[in-house]
Amino acid sequence: MSQVTKVWTAFNGLFAGLGAQFRAMNKWQRYSVYGLGIIALYLLPYWPEVPVLGQIVNTPGSQFETVMNDQVIIFVLVALGLNVVVGIAGLLDLGYVGFYAVGAYVTAILTSAHGNLPWLLALPVAVIISMLFGVILGTPTLRLRGDYLAIVTLGFGEIIRLTAKNMDWLGASRGISNIAKPPSMFGLKFGVLDAKPYFYLGLTLVFIVIFILHRLEYSRVGRAWVAIREDEDAAELMGVNTFKFKLWAFTIGAGIGGLAGVHYAGKVGFINPDNFPLQLSILFLAAVVLGGSGNMYGAILGAILVAYMPERLRNFADKRVFVFGIVLVLMMVFRPEGILPKRVGNEHKKRKAKAQAGEVAS
Amino acid sequence: MSDILLDFNQVTMQFGGVTALNDVTLQIKRGEILGLIGPNGAGKTTCFNVMTGVYSPTKGSVSFEGKNLAKLKRYEITNVGIARTFQNIRLFSQMTALENVMVGADARKRSSVGGAILRTPRQRHEEKEARERSMELLQFMGIADRAETAARNLPYGYQRRLEIARALATEPKLLCLDEPAAGFNPAEKQELNELILKIREQGYTVLLIEHDMNVVMKVSDRVAVLDFGQKIADGLPADVRANPAVIAAYLGVDDHAS
Repeated sequence: MSQVTKVWTAFNGLFAGLGAQFRAMNKWQRYSVYGLGIIALYLLPYWPEVPVLGQIVNTPGSQFETVMNDQVIIFVLVALGLNVVVGIAGLLDLGYVGFYAVGAYVTAILTSAHGNLPWLLALPVAVIISMLFGVILGTPTLRLRGDYLAIVTLGFGEIIRLTAKNMDWLGASRGISNIAKPPSMFGLKFGVLDAKPYFYLGLTLVFIVIFILHRLEYSRVGRAWVAIREDEDAAELMGVNTFKFKLWAFTIGAGIGGLAGVHYAGKVGFINPDNFPLQLSILFLAAVVLGGSGNMYGAILGAILVAYMPERLRNFADKRVFVFGIVLVLMMVFRPEGILPKRVGNEHKKRKAKAQAGEVAS
Repeated sequence: MSDILLDFNQVTMQFGGVTALNDVTLQIKRGEILGLIGPNGAGKTTCFNVMTGVYSPTKGSVSFEGKNLAKLKRYEITNVGIARTFQNIRLFSQMTALENVMVGADARKRSSVGGAILRTPRQRHEEKEARERSMELLQFMGIADRAETAARNLPYGYQRRLEIARALATEPKLLCLDEPAAGFNPAEKQELNELILKIREQGYTVLLIEHDMNVVMKVSDRVAVLDFGQKIADGLPADVRANPAVIAAYLGVDDHAS
């Protein structure tokens, strides 16, 4: 047991050490690291061809870039959205797959079943409609708290799936096929076999979402969200219009979930209600909690693990879900706050503040 | 402008069969420090909760600068100009001290989601203003050295003072302090007294609920006493201290003497 603890402490130390080293860098060094990281990510589909690294990352039995797009990118997008709702604003949403389904279905309806809009036009419409669903679900339910909200949202996810299954207009259980693909752009052709263009597109969407969420998090809006999560009554008494900001969190989360659905529909070209089971909501939530609820980058890491590990572990065949389950349980025992929890305050600023106060005092 | 800031008019507050406040009338004048005292369970905190909109009174009305508070939501009451601290500290524990105060300062800001995403000039201006004002308040309260520390990791005395800073950041006209000296030693209480006087000097009106008679008697301009939900005295600290009803409420009635 002590051996395990030792390894664990070393592992934690490694994380903290790397983090501290990164934060100690100056602005340009940091930007270079970001730049290299971004280039490395866009080259991700080629990683399996790199000697040693390729052996480690490749997914046996399924095409690597397809896993990266269809699983990882989708999960990352969804986790980013869900992290706003669950991680930052603290609203437990168990029906998040509903918004993902709305995004996918709106795309399918507009570009195939009942229209022939191009994919690029369907995208904003689908995102806005997903957000509207967020408002429609949020307005009556955000007066509820904790467990109650969880149950209602759980119901929402199922309502969306069952409605799709039972309405002929939505293709019923047959689903909808021939969904439009994204248009060719920047020399990328979005075909059926090659998953790389979709991956590049998805990665770009991820960066756009990160950019928007980063701005929101470090603003009045983000502070209101965290305040609501920490103590809703106190927040309200400090002048935070809690209902309004909870609804915003829900709506923005819904929009991002919808966006993930649009990307998914455009890639696979065919959707049916079985693509949106309740289990997916639970996995989305597991991604956020595993990675570090409340920290955007933690949620991303969690999404990558939850989406990628089952594919990487295909060698374990039918035992992989079991192994995955064990990993989840161990994580929650040893690091309940997630792999990358949110750091409160900035060490560098902390020292600066102390130094300044010291000067004033002396 | 009338010089009555808050008018607490014949307020009765019942919870089921329990009457927490019974026909209490109380006025707070602009610029004063009003001490509200009373034994445990006398209704002091209920009084506070009615003022800040946590409860709406069973009977009677509360008005602030002539405006009835009954119809207002809780966050709107903050915007009207009433801010409070909590008897049991209720900070946003996962936020830094500075961020806690900024939440208060945000009450006076307007930019929302659109402004934040586009970083409009107004949003940047408001953000800068909130940050600077919050830092000033931390300095004023003497806790700026821990501005970047998570609220839950602050020492107890800092947490109490941070609550006051956060309330001041909402730019209130009336600051309600709910037992700010709870858990303080005599030296800390002395510091707190000075702080409260300093706050008043800045033009705030202060309502102080306190258990500790020494604190209240030293800083208050006027003292009101509640006992079993009724106001039993209201006047200068010295007069209230000598009031037999108050002594009886605090020390119990001596059968032989009466």
